[in-house]
Amino acid sequence: MLPLTLFFLLFAAVALFGAVMVLVSRNPVHSVLFMLLTFANVAGMFLLLNAEFIAAVQLLVYSGAILVLFLFVVMLLQRGERPLPALTQPLQAPVAIFVGLALLSELALVVLTSNVGGGTRGADTPEAIARAGGNIQALGSQLYTTWLLPFEIASVLLLVAAVGAIYLAKEDI
Amino acid sequence: MTPPLEWYLIFSAALFTIGLVGVLVRRHVLIIFMSVELMLNACNVALVAFGRHLDTLTGQNFVVFVITVAAAEAAVGLGIILSLAHHKDTVDVGEMDILKQ
Repeated sequence: MLPLTLFFLLFAAVALFGAVMVLVSRNPVHSVLFMLLTFANVAGMFLLLNAEFIAAVQLLVYSGAILVLFLFVVMLLQRGERPLPALTQPLQAPVAIFVGLALLSELALVVLTSNVGGGTRGADTPEAIARAGGNIQALGSQLYTTWLLPFEIASVLLLVAAVGAIYLAKEDI
Repeated sequence: MTPPLEWYLIFSAALFTIGLVGVLVRRHVLIIFMSVELMLNACNVALVAFGRHLDTLTGQNFVVFVITVAAAEAAVGLGIILSLAHHKDTVDVGEMDILKQ
């Protein structure tokens, strides 16, 4: 068995296990921690795909920042013994699982029967990325040339989101 | 030799499906929000896998923007959830029906 394939199977199995445990955990804190497990394993999968920068951002932004935010909100919501809602409603679970299985089988059918890998190859072969100095250098030079306008819009979006979050956090709203 | 593209896409589809089932099945507003984040992550895996397979960095550039939007969405969404939970004193989405009244 090839080691990379083994690593892929390990990351995929643990990530899917964590994702399922997010849903079945009764305690929201446990859900957030299982989510951390899933995100860390998805970061490992990005490493297998030679996307080192995305893997680092996944760990820093998702696992580091967003999940800590979730943990804080869980802490704030659980103050004063507010009862947890019922896990699910009687008819809700079977319908949801049926819809999920239908979607999964559709997606698997599309992936396995159609020619998903076909398409024109780009210029960023592993050799070209190595010549640019690595994944981060190649990604950065594209981000600041080809994708400069979306990049600036994204920074304005973050500013708007920060102002909006501060406004929402005010007491008298 | 690395795993083929199809394996990554199947994994991505499975993760997306788990997120979808989570949105449909759970009643806790935070778990529903976390399931949305799971679905975003599944899409990121598919984007990076396609980008690697097709020898282009466009997929990874796209993921950078997806993560930016996810961070903004988490900040604003959690603010809304927090003030809604304080306003209605519940975390059950079935009882958050202000717009219906």
